[in-house]
Amino acid sequence: MAALATGGATPSDGATSFQRKVPASSRLAAIAGTRPSVRHGQLLLSSGLPSLDCVLGGGLAVGTLLLIEEDKYGIYSNLLFKYFLAEGIVCGHNLFVASAKEDPADILKELPAPLFDDVHKNQVDEKETAIKSKQESQESMKIAWRYQNLPKMEVSPAASARFGHYYDVSKTVSPELLKSIKWHRFFLPEEMSLHPEIKTCNMTCDYTRLLQSIQRIIYQEGFDGSYPQKKQKNILRIGIQSLGSVLWGDDICCTDNPEDIFSLTKFLYVLRGLLRMSLSACIITVPAHLIQNKAIMERVTNLSDTVVGLESFIGSERETNPLYKDYQGLIHVHQIPRLNSLICDVSGTKDLAFRLKRKQFTIERLHLPPDLSDTVSRSSKQDLAESTKLLSSGCGAMAIGKKHLDF
Amino acid sequence: MFAELNELLNASPERPEQGKLTLLRDTKTDGSFLVHHFLSFYLKAGCKVCFVALLQSFSHYNIIAQKLGVSLTAAKERGQLVFLEGLKSCFDVFFGEEQHVGQTNPLQFVSKDGSNLKTMYEFVRTSLMASGSDSWKCPVLLVDDLSVLLSLGVRPVDVLDFIHYCRVAVCSQLKGNIVVLVHSNDDSEDEENELVVNSLCHQSNLILWAEGLATGFCKDVHGQLKIIQKGSSELKAEKNLLRIYQYKIQDKNVTFFARGMSAAVL
Repeated sequence: MAALATGGATPSDGATSFQRKVPASSRLAAIAGTRPSVRHGQLLLSSGLPSLDCVLGGGLAVGTLLLIEEDKYGIYSNLLFKYFLAEGIVCGHNLFVASAKEDPADILKELPAPLFDDVHKNQVDEKETAIKSKQESQESMKIAWRYQNLPKMEVSPAASARFGHYYDVSKTVSPELLKSIKWHRFFLPEEMSLHPEIKTCNMTCDYTRLLQSIQRIIYQEGFDGSYPQKKQKNILRIGIQSLGSVLWGDDICCTDNPEDIFSLTKFLYVLRGLLRMSLSACIITVPAHLIQNKAIMERVTNLSDTVVGLESFIGSERETNPLYKDYQGLIHVHQIPRLNSLICDVSGTKDLAFRLKRKQFTIERLHLPPDLSDTVSRSSKQDLAESTKLLSSGCGAMAIGKKHLDF
Repeated sequence: MFAELNELLNASPERPEQGKLTLLRDTKTDGSFLVHHFLSFYLKAGCKVCFVALLQSFSHYNIIAQKLGVSLTAAKERGQLVFLEGLKSCFDVFFGEEQHVGQTNPLQFVSKDGSNLKTMYEFVRTSLMASGSDSWKCPVLLVDDLSVLLSLGVRPVDVLDFIHYCRVAVCSQLKGNIVVLVHSNDDSEDEENELVVNSLCHQSNLILWAEGLATGFCKDVHGQLKIIQKGSSELKAEKNLLRIYQYKIQDKNVTFFARGMSAAVL
């Protein structure tokens, strides 16, 4: 792992006087869009969703892989994929987008627009009024005279210095913002026409191509530390869409006995090695509901760091269930990595549901709504009682009778 | 190493056992804390350790080992630890130029039509072979995650052959120990994995099985540890000794207690 001992950012003049003591040899300029984890000092990235960052224990660690098991129609997993890339644009990271069905340029054009403009404008206005009021009361301090000579807080309009941003799904990102970052593409039909012959490593040759492309970018752009003279370090955010689907030349989604069940797992293993030795993070969406051989999904889960499964209510009977009326689907966090530590920050709640509004994708704890009405009909109460059976609680299944007891 | 686990196993770094195969098994939870325990235990005991780390990088183990009081970089420098970083070796095999004759990579099997773990066995054997100037106690082979080999295309038969060869070389010839971690699942559909795990269960002298609680997630009790000690003599057909404890993992230590006696409840 590129284990960076992160010190605090070199403080600007307006910072507070409380600073963490860091040995001079390991002082690194902080990379934009990252923050060190409290638990193990690992650099964390935002996944694009502040609520998902909370669930994952602060964020996604640099050098790890986030695997998303797609929901049935791929709608929300695609959205998470776009949020991850959009976060990279806002933080100024480099992007690597790989897809077998959509041209990466089209994917980037459809990324949601970040919301910091309005918030930032309000913040700047507030700070201006605050400074005006400070200047008025510039008399010498009588009691706290020791603090007289400390520098005042400056207005630093670093809008993207926040960790985790919100996005407006109804608008797309502006082309100027897109032009400001550097990104790399891998579109499978294009690669196959450009380089038809390739030496395979006993893996489906599309995966081999993808790995070689990723490795080439990491090496050329110096994400693996091969250019130590480059002062400004940056993160590479890799996004791979629908890995394992038929379009990648893999038949694990089609049959129960696929021809080569090791391609995907070998790919993930080599990718893991690549990620661990470079300043990058990767998001992969996998159509897990199509993979019939469950052993493959178990192995894939073991080889990934963070695994999140999405289950949307579209088309299922849960859509009409009163328990789920505010939500669009459930989120299952299957695995969180323990990096550089014996423990990890796993949240206590296992029942998480997500809700998508125009400006926010929130992940909330699923709980029973309070039963406040006393003149409600019996049939609706019975529905609620049935639906509580679906709720998996942390301490064993609750005993639910079919009859609603009214005392 | 965790002092409480040493007491439970009746093991001490001053007199490590010899010729034993210990199987670490985890189900529905992460059993890697056991790997860190044994790594620091054997390094403190002064044994020569060959660590085949297939799933994580060196710095990960180093940082945790420092919390447990052992420095892996120092151990590597003085020759006590031979560390095979699987991720890096696989990267070299995949992206490196063609290997020259005579230079073999232990993870060669990933590139060729690979199911042959012979190069890995040779690596283990040469690294644990006692050289004249060594003053280490018994050699130890530690494998973090045998289940990964199955994901890389190795057949279960070849994995079991590898373990068998290592047992012959390390346990009986060099009078050392082997510690292996595998993942398993009760309702797993991965039959090859279950085959390997069952076979290793029969061969091993000591099984440490870390399981998640059957009732679900709990903040104060992270799981349950089953310690199965095989009867020492096959002729007398002694029964296996089975003990169950629950544990809670903290930052630098793991506390073990009898079932239901968690500190949060008492």
